[in-house]
Amino acid sequence: MKKFLIALLFAPIMALASSANVHLDKWPGSVGDKAALQNGAKLFVNYCLNCHGASYMRYKNLMELGLTEQQVKDNLMFTADKIGGLMAVAARSDEQKQWFGATPPDLTILARARGEAGNAGAGADWLYTYLRSFYRDENRPTGWNNVIFENVGMPHVLYGLQGQQVMNHETHKLELAVPGTMPAAEFDKSVSDLVGFMVWMAEPQQEFRRTLGFIVLAFLAVLFVVAYALKKEYWKDIH
Amino acid sequence: MAAGNFEKYKSDGSPAGNALEWLDARFPATSMWKGHLSEYYAPKNFNFWYFFGSLALLVLVIQIVTGIFLVMHYKPDAALNASGVPIAFASVEYIMRDVPGGWLIRYMHSTGASAFFIVVYLHMFRGLIYGSYRKPRELTWLFGVGIFLVLMGEAFFGYLLPWGQMSYWGAQVIVNLFGAIPVIGNDLSIIIRGDFVVGDATLNRFFSFHVIAFPLVLIGLVAAHVLALHETGSNNPDGVEIKANKDENGIPRDGIPFHPYYTVKDIVGVVVFLMVFSAVMFWAPEGGGYFLETPNFYPADPLKTPPHIAPVWYFTPYYSILRAMVWNFFGLDAKFWGVVAMGASVVIFAALPWLDRSPVKSIRYRGPITKAMITIFVICFFILGYLGTLSPSPMGELVSQICTVFYFGFFLGMPWWSRMDKFKPVPDRVTMK
Repeated sequence: MKKFLIALLFAPIMALASSANVHLDKWPGSVGDKAALQNGAKLFVNYCLNCHGASYMRYKNLMELGLTEQQVKDNLMFTADKIGGLMAVAARSDEQKQWFGATPPDLTILARARGEAGNAGAGADWLYTYLRSFYRDENRPTGWNNVIFENVGMPHVLYGLQGQQVMNHETHKLELAVPGTMPAAEFDKSVSDLVGFMVWMAEPQQEFRRTLGFIVLAFLAVLFVVAYALKKEYWKDIH
Repeated sequence: MAAGNFEKYKSDGSPAGNALEWLDARFPATSMWKGHLSEYYAPKNFNFWYFFGSLALLVLVIQIVTGIFLVMHYKPDAALNASGVPIAFASVEYIMRDVPGGWLIRYMHSTGASAFFIVVYLHMFRGLIYGSYRKPRELTWLFGVGIFLVLMGEAFFGYLLPWGQMSYWGAQVIVNLFGAIPVIGNDLSIIIRGDFVVGDATLNRFFSFHVIAFPLVLIGLVAAHVLALHETGSNNPDGVEIKANKDENGIPRDGIPFHPYYTVKDIVGVVVFLMVFSAVMFWAPEGGGYFLETPNFYPADPLKTPPHIAPVWYFTPYYSILRAMVWNFFGLDAKFWGVVAMGASVVIFAALPWLDRSPVKSIRYRGPITKAMITIFVICFFILGYLGTLSPSPMGELVSQICTVFYFGFFLGMPWWSRMDKFKPVPDRVTMK
């Protein structure tokens, strides 16, 4: 009876579970890798921050990646002069809308926004796939299109590194037509670092949050033993 | 002041005793302590299901305290800042990043919202299986239903405040529902919004409701709920009235003082609850994308409707019932009947004390019909909840219609099926299992 009821509960859910729409490559990185995050920060300010803002993020928070104030100022601050300033974008949004057809979104918490119900971490996979899926398309105003974000307004800003991919319309696969400065594996690693930085930036205290969780749970475990013993002591005469 | 009032508590001469004597002559301190804690006799056989009342109180306190600190930094303003982001949305990220410990306070509050509903649903389920709403506790149940309704309003208003895409469009959808009411609908939804679309006026009034009006009503109802409960005494898993069997001092033989027995027991429940709560808050604060919906990390954009607008999980069963109504009746739009069905599906809980005609209260002494009906009801509730998170589909529509029929069938058929069951004899005294 119970098994039947459980089956009854899950049958319609199974029938309705939406099929996966696009295949996403799994992001191979982690936010614990400081060197990768530093490299990602460098790529971010060089390639992304020119059009996109990260307007909830302050430059001084980049020091949490193991950098000194001077290093941040010398290598990562091109458009701001105050270390406490926000990583805002200089370009005006109404002009950008004319150029690209849409205002480039703020990237501070995009990695979280791109998550899904049931898989909040899917945003990293989406970004990792998206940034490697641009191809040449002469029908687009920018000359670029993207496999998982059709007719995107954004051109392929990393094409100097990756090279130029074209769509093979027979196999529906991307092929590298003009190589860039990086071999494929090196490019994938760079994109992974960039995505890692974006995941970290979406919630800079996330590593501390997880660590604090262990401390709190350890404290509660001790408290549980005490509370349970207290309850046992009081209740020993209740039958 | 009557001289006799000084006789209520006689000081032993110590400073603390003198202070209590002074206080007791002017305020019912000792009598309230006794009446509600140290001499409030609760049945000794409370089981797992009886933790959720005190836990609901705990979550209420968590929400109020964290809410106070959030309001210190949150700005209910839909205007755009220098970066082109709504100030309200940016202020939440400011709390998450720049306010020391702000992220923890905010996650406590957002996790607390979902925890509140989990705890309250389990608390209501307890009432359902042990017949806690039956005579003489109908009023306690009605206050509880009131708490549930206010809590839903509180959650709805609060969800707009982060001013993300789901905040904005969820509020837009729900407020538009009032537009389905004939004649007054359109004007009513404009009054609720304070504007023709959800905007700054809506954000500010929802903020006011969320931080002042509804919490005030909520606290009042909680007080009434507890006072009414303490007037009748608590039910228990056996559904036996412990007051029917008192000793020579007038104390129920199966009752034990709430303090210290249930205070120390509830502390264990609190610690276990906090472990689960902390695990979510520290390791999965998005609750898998269900506690914090990921589209809400985009700021509200009135020009960009998200492809799929889903309410937060605790509203999805009722949202499914709303969507299940697709027929026009009596010349009125299906949307109107959807709103009626959704409203009825929540309010119908209030009728439970009068729908249940079973001669016994507790599921322990009721037969297979009750057990099957409650099981089907819970399954339908879960399926409706799951379907409410998905985009509409023909299959989903059919399943939600079937579940809606079962949902209402459970309540409306109760006067008959609750009597038809086979019953076991109820013992005179509570049992310790």
